[in-house]
Amino acid sequence: MRVSMKVDGVTYEDEVEPRTLLTHHLRDGLGRVGTPIGCDTSNCGSCTVSIDGESVKSCSVLAVQAAGADITTIQGLAEGSEWHPVQKAFQQHHGLQCGYCTPGMIMASVDLLTRNPSPTEDEVRHGLEGNLCRCTGYQNIVKAVLSAASELRGEGPIAGSFRDADEPVPATSGASS
Amino acid sequence: MTEQLDAGLVAQEIAEHPDALSKPYAGGELGRGRRRKEDAKLVTGQTNWTDNITLPGLLHMTVLRSPMAHARILSVDVSAALEMPGVIAAYSGADLADVMGASMPCAWPVTPDMVSPVHTPLATDEVRYVGDGVAVVIARDRYAAADALEAIAVEYDQLPAVVDMEEALKPGAPLVHSEKGTNQCFVFDFPGAGADYAETVKNAGDDAVVVRRRFRQQRLIPTPMEPRGVVVAPIAAADEFTMWSTTQIPHILRIMLALTTGIPEHKLRVVAPDVGGGFGAKLNVYAEEILCLVVARKLGRPIKWTESRSENYQATTHGRDQIQDIEIACTKDGTLLGLKVELLADMGAYLQLITPGVPVLGAFMFPAIYKMPSYHFTCTGVFTTKTPTDAYRGAGRPEATYAIERIMDELAAELGRDPMELRRQNWIKHEEFPYEMVAGLTYDSGNYEAATDKAEQMFDMAGLKAERDRRRASKDPVQIGIGISTFTEMCGLAPSRVLGSLSYGAGGWESASVRMLPTGKVEVVSGATPHGQGHHTSWSQIVADSLGVPFEDVELVAGDTRSSHKGMDTYGSRSLVVGGVAIHKATGKVIEKAKRIAAHLLEANEDDVEFGGGTFSVKGSPEAKLTIQEVALATFAAHNLPDGMEPTLDSDYVSDPENFSYPHGTHLCAVEIDTETGFTKILKYVCVDDIGKIINPVIVEGQIHGGLAQGIAQALYEEAVYDAEGNLTTGSLVDYLVPAAPDLPHFDTGRTETPATSNPLGVKGVGEAGTIASTPAVMNAVVDAVRQYGVNDIDMPATPERVWRAINGEGSARATAGTVAYGGTSTGSTGGAAADEALDDNRSAL
Amino acid sequence: MIPAQFDYVAPTTLAEAIAALGAAGEDAKILAGGQSLIPVLRLRLAFPTTLIDLSRVSELRGVGEDGDVLVIGAMTKHSDVIEDPLVRQYAALLSEATSTVADPAVRHRGTFGGALAHADPAGDLAAVALALDAELVAEGPGGRRTIAAKDFFVDYLETSLSPDEILAAVRIPKLTGDWGVRYEKFNRVAQAWAIVGVATAVRTEGGSIAEARIGLTNMGSTPVRPHSVEAALVGASTREQVVAAAASAADGTNPPSDLGAKADYRQHLARVLTARAVSQAAGITS
Repeated sequence: MRVSMKVDGVTYEDEVEPRTLLTHHLRDGLGRVGTPIGCDTSNCGSCTVSIDGESVKSCSVLAVQAAGADITTIQGLAEGSEWHPVQKAFQQHHGLQCGYCTPGMIMASVDLLTRNPSPTEDEVRHGLEGNLCRCTGYQNIVKAVLSAASELRGEGPIAGSFRDADEPVPATSGASS
Repeated sequence: MTEQLDAGLVAQEIAEHPDALSKPYAGGELGRGRRRKEDAKLVTGQTNWTDNITLPGLLHMTVLRSPMAHARILSVDVSAALEMPGVIAAYSGADLADVMGASMPCAWPVTPDMVSPVHTPLATDEVRYVGDGVAVVIARDRYAAADALEAIAVEYDQLPAVVDMEEALKPGAPLVHSEKGTNQCFVFDFPGAGADYAETVKNAGDDAVVVRRRFRQQRLIPTPMEPRGVVVAPIAAADEFTMWSTTQIPHILRIMLALTTGIPEHKLRVVAPDVGGGFGAKLNVYAEEILCLVVARKLGRPIKWTESRSENYQATTHGRDQIQDIEIACTKDGTLLGLKVELLADMGAYLQLITPGVPVLGAFMFPAIYKMPSYHFTCTGVFTTKTPTDAYRGAGRPEATYAIERIMDELAAELGRDPMELRRQNWIKHEEFPYEMVAGLTYDSGNYEAATDKAEQMFDMAGLKAERDRRRASKDPVQIGIGISTFTEMCGLAPSRVLGSLSYGAGGWESASVRMLPTGKVEVVSGATPHGQGHHTSWSQIVADSLGVPFEDVELVAGDTRSSHKGMDTYGSRSLVVGGVAIHKATGKVIEKAKRIAAHLLEANEDDVEFGGGTFSVKGSPEAKLTIQEVALATFAAHNLPDGMEPTLDSDYVSDPENFSYPHGTHLCAVEIDTETGFTKILKYVCVDDIGKIINPVIVEGQIHGGLAQGIAQALYEEAVYDAEGNLTTGSLVDYLVPAAPDLPHFDTGRTETPATSNPLGVKGVGEAGTIASTPAVMNAVVDAVRQYGVNDIDMPATPERVWRAINGEGSARATAGTVAYGGTSTGSTGGAAADEALDDNRSAL
Repeated sequence: MIPAQFDYVAPTTLAEAIAALGAAGEDAKILAGGQSLIPVLRLRLAFPTTLIDLSRVSELRGVGEDGDVLVIGAMTKHSDVIEDPLVRQYAALLSEATSTVADPAVRHRGTFGGALAHADPAGDLAAVALALDAELVAEGPGGRRTIAAKDFFVDYLETSLSPDEILAAVRIPKLTGDWGVRYEKFNRVAQAWAIVGVATAVRTEGGSIAEARIGLTNMGSTPVRPHSVEAALVGASTREQVVAAAASAADGTNPPSDLGAKADYRQHLARVLTARAVSQAAGITS
């Protein structure tokens, strides 16, 4: 089937089999390999992208279902060389190690903050329940999302909790650790 | 001073572009919380995962896997698959028998008489676990390759599955490898370096208190977020190959591929590109690596195989899976007399790279931080028709730590003592280091008092105990339990001589090269292979501090046997302790040489030249100085070097550690247990880890957090379950419960710093500490909460159902007091019998 | 993993969808949100010849009112159900339970009707539909019919929809008056299926329970409505009375024994969680 979709600002039109998973179309068809695949059962969330402004797991969507959609992947999140505040916060708060879950985790976090600009720690944890990480124990991911939330609200990043931090960020909210 | 260098065009270029030459070193790199260099690509999706790699003409391989745990292969017919569109080739095991090598390697024959069965990449005669490879398909794309698997016809003659270790050892049990005549792989007996255990306990007579428990280390599935994958590109005409693999060990893999397939080592290049976590599951030589290689050689085409998560759960090694019979003895005043450990360790169907070595490595850790005169360890390896086990984060040490920390609590309960007080009584005092352990290791340093004091303070031990006791008294439906783990571990694998004495197939050194580039930048080549740890950042800090160059000016080259030509790779918390030390020493050699060049250029006596902050200066002549970058440029120009000196500022160092390192710490956990449902919630988790000197506290904290998550997951959530027919019933993330963010608590971390004395950086390693320490801390808390109901053990994971049944007298609660042969008091339990029964029932219901 | 081949049609009206279903034969499958179906296809546990994708049938989406009844299009996404003001006002239990389904990304694709038609007894929403006396509107070549929730769920993954019918909408009588709701979901990790779930809506008058509706998740091959508990709860005003009434919550149930839990533990949980859910819904704390 012929499908057209916009991915990270570029419109593509391709012939795909109906069974082609969106995630395979992005990776193998369009070369947008920034979005990885971590499972077969839609549990891990590594493949999370945004379709028409909503986070979805691209392994559980057929490419034909995304015909006409506007898709943003991790590769389209930054504005040119300016990272999205969530991307910056993940680095600043060491919210990643091996980085395999990170594209999905960041896309899920961006979606979460779109819907809830001032989440509590508990809301962040539950908001990311569909994304598994095996490296970080989630604590720094949660902190990164809270910090990005603060940044996006115009309140600046929250304080890092790390001793001897490289570039301490100003303490503007009551982060504790 | 730059004019003095006269390096011609390069100097002119640099003068016109001042940014090209490095800024001076700002200092303070060690211990600084640098944010990671690795992150830029990872947060923007510019990562080079193995499955991202594509090549012209690339073909895709899929593997047909056995649906049965044990069967004879009567026939494999691939002809229909070959007829399918886009299929290039399809091979059974028999088709590849002459090229795929005689057997995949096991590098650790733990005893001279270890039973080591043939393990071919595809089964040829029998399949021995669900997931064992039977045939492969090579097709134009991954969809066609997946379809063609359905067209392969295999006839099996089903044989009995062998699932339970104890059943497997009984006479007349069905055999996993019938030609071997036994399911017993080995018996490793280690009487320790102290007195005889039985004799010691007997001599104590009526003063001896003996406690026995049976603990189960359930089978775990490592689950790195990136499943495995392999790409092989051949240059057919030259019989040369490049392999990209999701591996922790490209260097070891290359050697093993050469030995297995007969392709000469120098014709193989192995690359670990960006690797999405390993946790031991990528510390191996896998069938698919060999298959991609031999098929690429056969077809002369590049081949890719990408593992699905379902495959990963069957075809990638599992971890743990031991039955631990533990007996501890002390005198009535609580002074330890000794420890006896009898393990059954499940090998699975075959021996992978270090399958038998994992439980044996634990032999040295059971006595942990405690002084005792006697120790006896025995481990029996057992074959079953299940996925092979191998290293999983901690590899042998979490099992040992769990057993000793759990039984110390049981001993305290038996004596009516406070569990921390009993530990304090028996642990090695700070002033007693270095200390020679009953298991034969010499611990160089440690300060258990300091870590414990700090942890108890952070934890509010007194307050939590008061609340626990209040809820007990009021019979609150939500009870509190407090758990302790005062752990140590051995890191920095390993002194080569020690590995040799344990019959391991290789050494434990690590290699480093440090290259100063003409513009003053630095490339550091490491034989350690990162897969998420942050080596690039940490290594940059070590080099920056040592050479006095800016952090930004250091680049890491690793994970490619062509550019990082020798190494022992990354596992066992060894990268910093062994690899980082090698880098540190290599920089020392660079400085030494640069100093001679600087002295020459400054026309000074070498003894008068001092180095600090990246600058060589002459004693007594403050103006006479050169930065190391200037020396690098002058060395490159080579216009004015001392006679006979090679014009390079590179150095190599291979470091073989003189001892293991021994991180330790105190972890404290408080849980709330909803006694009506059995649900356990972690109320508070505090850990104080002493990992010696810190290079980067941000990375350290991340490693601890991640380790805690995996250790807690073993205690509460994860278990690989097989049914009686040998089917993995937890075959996906739907049933194998990897915790997500809401399932884990906030961790309060602290540290003390007792430098290791066995290496110049004073570092100990941190990759596994959290995993090793946390499991017993959580389980001790769970048992503490329900001990009031007569419970003295609960099998892991402590599911709500198991906890509820234990509270209601259905399991784990039957401590049987009695006298054993040694005399004195003894208690034991079979531990979790009813819970096992429940599980067995589950199995038969499925 | 990768699905086997199938044909795909994406009708834009319900009539077209019914016609496509009829034309595609017995091995066709309806694709709603796909959050259960696509993983099943990937694991090659099902081999439909044709998928009929309803996502472009706009008439199947959205929440409306029909007098005293809330009408929810079968293709209304979980995330829209959660946020919908009418659902929040008149069927708050559905909103609460839906917010526990899977995770946010799955809720952006998964649909209310898809979840009900899938009829997984471990799914959270069937028990809610049962408790709220929902009616399911099915449409096929023979026209439209309405099926009571109690008659809709027939067995494990089996409904009373005939093969040529499509679930079009769900009609839920509005709850008006002083209703409190609670969906008590018990699982081992956040994204796991419920071991047991209890959906309750309770109307109180003057501090005591006047009316209770309860649906149990994963306590049998279909969702369970413990009518005896509902009856016993009337008049209850203390925690002790609620617990006493909830004691029969598992009577007559036949829950599965599987990896998640054994049957007797599920029955125990049903009693405990029913008491908790009802107490919370009714605001009874002691």
